[in-house]
Amino acid sequence: MKPFELTIAQARAELDSGKLSSRELTVSCLDRIKSVDNDIHSFLSVTEEEALRQADVADKQIASGGTEALCGIPFSMKDLLCTKGVTTTCGSKILENFVPPYDATVVEKLKNKGAVILGKVAMDEFAMGSTSENCAFDVPENPWKPGYVSGGSSGGSASSVAAMECLGSLGSDTGGSIRQPASLCGVVGMKPTYGRVSRYGLVAFASSLDQIGPLTRDVRDSAMMMNGIAGYDKRDSTSVQESLPDFTASLAEGLQGMKVGIPKEYFGDGLDAEVAKVVENGIQILRDAGAETIEVSLPHTEYCVAVYYLISSAEASSNLARYDGAVYGYRDQDAESLIDMYRETRSKGFGDEVKRRILIGTYALSSGYYDAYYKKASQVRTLILNDFQKAYESCDLVISPVTPTPAWRRGVHADDPLALYLSDILTISANLAGIPGMSVPGGFSADGLPIGIQLQGPHFREDTLFKAAYNLELGTQLANKCPDIA
Amino acid sequence: MKITRNEVEHVANLAKLNLSEEELARMTGQLDTILSYVAKLDELDTKDVVPTTHAFSINNAFREDEMQESIPRDKALQNAPKDNGESFVVPKII
Repeated sequence: MKPFELTIAQARAELDSGKLSSRELTVSCLDRIKSVDNDIHSFLSVTEEEALRQADVADKQIASGGTEALCGIPFSMKDLLCTKGVTTTCGSKILENFVPPYDATVVEKLKNKGAVILGKVAMDEFAMGSTSENCAFDVPENPWKPGYVSGGSSGGSASSVAAMECLGSLGSDTGGSIRQPASLCGVVGMKPTYGRVSRYGLVAFASSLDQIGPLTRDVRDSAMMMNGIAGYDKRDSTSVQESLPDFTASLAEGLQGMKVGIPKEYFGDGLDAEVAKVVENGIQILRDAGAETIEVSLPHTEYCVAVYYLISSAEASSNLARYDGAVYGYRDQDAESLIDMYRETRSKGFGDEVKRRILIGTYALSSGYYDAYYKKASQVRTLILNDFQKAYESCDLVISPVTPTPAWRRGVHADDPLALYLSDILTISANLAGIPGMSVPGGFSADGLPIGIQLQGPHFREDTLFKAAYNLELGTQLANKCPDIA
Repeated sequence: MKITRNEVEHVANLAKLNLSEEELARMTGQLDTILSYVAKLDELDTKDVVPTTHAFSINNAFREDEMQESIPRDKALQNAPKDNGESFVVPKII
């Protein structure tokens, strides 16, 4: 087994026993990036020198008895997490040359624990998209099948983990952007409860929905990364002061007494037969492990896409007002007046999808339409939240597909944004309700494309999801699987 | 029609975006499709439903009003598209 093929937990054991150094592990990942990333295009930037420097520091810490679980482990970061001194583009031309003067809290936390950061990975511009094709730079491939999308918006995070270019990655999830690419690329993706992880230094898209979380090659690694990034941060006033469990503690617990809800609305028309079969198999695995299953109803599921695209676009139109060319980012230098500078900068700096969402959001918030669109959507959001609260009175978590289909060919939805929005129907509700959601590899299509299984739990019950996910993984035997790419 | 070309032009103006003729035509069509779809929400009676802006209520997060270090000027200016060493420079406003 080559070092880059190790899971985080396996690498930890090798590093601690002295069989492997962080430098060797980091070099192994960097070599892997060199050999496969010309085809996969996960990385927008690789910070080799800095990574090796961090690895050497980690090796000293380990030699002197350091006990941090992520010390010496190489990761990739979605390119919307601010990294001090390293370009952070958010997949947009408007931030093409932006070099943050500070680290995002999650980046700082990982660095303080001795983690190694290999570089920044591709994403849809401003995290708006479901395929990463809206990236203004390189578009990542699905490592399992050339020409197929890696998903989005954290497509580069998912492809870098699936192609074994790093041992884990941090992504962000506003409507499924961690879970969906994780599902399409056959890795584990966790979107924590809203407020569980600080978003200080995350380039904002929709502030009432955005959440940072890990993408990894197995469930234990996901829990280990959560231990590294979760917790209250005074610099993010939406982060919450909840007690923090050891997220790895629940993995070994059995499922006796667990009630798993099956939401009938998630198995409706348009669900691919192969996806349905994989999820049914997952349900059986949980039953065999001791869980009880019951049917539950989330009756407002069919409204979640409409609610999401109004609320997220409204918030985005406000968040993205800051990109005016005045203090950072791209500026059109030819504009003669201030207003022209704003207009030219924004028109040249933003891509198509970002403009579309700014227009929808501005419209939904504009005088005369606010009540009909933004307020209405916020009211239906309450109904969606109530659905989950009611469901969790009778079950501990719900199981479902992550996406209605496996990955599709690149370019398929280029002229039909609504069709692409509709593919997010199964992941959006978790963000609207603020609950944790997870994607775990469940199987493969006949074409060899990965299919994930989604678990969603009550607020702050990531531990329940990890426990169920770990049992699923034992049943599917799909931990740490890599496509044959090199 | 849920939205007209003139309305899209108005909204683009509010959002400080210039749209070409081609973009304006395309965006009007796409926005109309999207807004027609979201009209689905009108099926629901929400007269007495309280809107949700955050998934759970978070109270104001206060902290002590203490002096803290901030980013030094040179760092704050490091990403400036144009500066004079002390301030950001923008086209004349008045």
